[in-house]
Amino acid sequence: MNALAIFAVNSIFALIMQAGGGGFFQRMQDYLKRFEPNLVNFMMLSFLLFIIGVAGVLSRRNIIIIFMSIELILNAVNINLIAFSRYLQANELVLRQRGIMVNPIAGPVFTIFIIVVAAAEAAVGLGIVISLFRNRETIAVDEIDLLKW
Amino acid sequence: MEKAVFIIFAIVAVGSALNLIAQRNPLYSALSLIGTLASLSALYVTLHAQFIAAMQIIVYAGAIMVLFVFVIMLLNTPEDHPEIEKQQWLRYLAIPFAAVLIGEALYVFREIRNITLPAQGEAEHAIGTTWSIGTNLFTQYLLPFEATSVLILMAIIGAIVLARREES
Repeated sequence: MNALAIFAVNSIFALIMQAGGGGFFQRMQDYLKRFEPNLVNFMMLSFLLFIIGVAGVLSRRNIIIIFMSIELILNAVNINLIAFSRYLQANELVLRQRGIMVNPIAGPVFTIFIIVVAAAEAAVGLGIVISLFRNRETIAVDEIDLLKW
Repeated sequence: MEKAVFIIFAIVAVGSALNLIAQRNPLYSALSLIGTLASLSALYVTLHAQFIAAMQIIVYAGAIMVLFVFVIMLLNTPEDHPEIEKQQWLRYLAIPFAAVLIGEALYVFREIRNITLPAQGEAEHAIGTTWSIGTNLFTQYLLPFEATSVLILMAIIGAIVLARREES
C-alpha cells in the first residue's frame, strides 16, 4: 500500500516534470524519496493558506468571499496549533527531563475555541450581510461607505 | 503512506484555496472552501488529532458552509467587477511588503529546520482522543469554555436581531 502510494505520487510528478528537463526531475524525485512531513512543512502549508486568505480579503469586492477568506485564515492558525501540539506531544518526555513542563492538549482545545469563534463570526457576519443587502441592495465592499468621512 | 497523504492533501488544500479567491461566482468559491476544509481534516488525521478532524467536517462542512451557501443563494448577486478598481498604486507598494513578509517567514522556517524533532517519540498523552480533550476542557480550561458559551449566546441573539425584518 505504501509503495503503491509513493509510486502514484512519483508518477504524477513524473508526468508534470516531463517538460521541465531531466536534471530538475531527477532532483525532485530524490527530494521526494528523502521527504518526510515535519513541523516545517506544516508551517509552510499554514503560511501559504494564510497568505492566500489575506490576498482574498484585500483584493475581492464580494463580502461573502471576504468572509470565506477569513475562514481560510482561521484554518491556517488551526493547522499550526495542531502541528505544534503533535510535536510537543512527541517530545514531552525529553522536555520534562530538561525541566520544561508542557501541555500538548492545549493545541486541540484552542482549536475548538477557534472553530467556535469562526461559527459565531459567520453567523453574525452573514446576518449583517443580509440586513445590508436589504437596505442598500449591494454586497460590494467598496460601495458600502456609510461610515466614510 | 504519511508522506503521500501529506503531499496530496497539501496540494489539494492550496489549490482549492487559490481557486476560492480566483472564482467569480461565490458558489464555486464555497465549493472550493469545502475542498480546503476536507483536505485539512485529512491532514489532522495524519497528525493524530482524530477528534478535531471529525469536528472540522461536522462543524465547518456541515454547519458553516450550509450557512454560506444559504446566504449566497438568498442574495444571488452576479458580480461584474470582481476586483477593487480604486487605488491601483497600492499594488506597487505591495511588492516590498510581500518581500518582507516572505523573507521573515523563510527566516523562521530556517531557524526551525535546525531543531530536529522526532515525530515518533514515546507519548504519554494522546492529543486526539475525545477523553483527553474533554478532561482538559472541563478542568484546566473550564473558564474559557464557559466564556465561549456566553459568546455563542451573544452570536445567536446578534444574528437574530440583525437578520430580523423591521416592523412598522
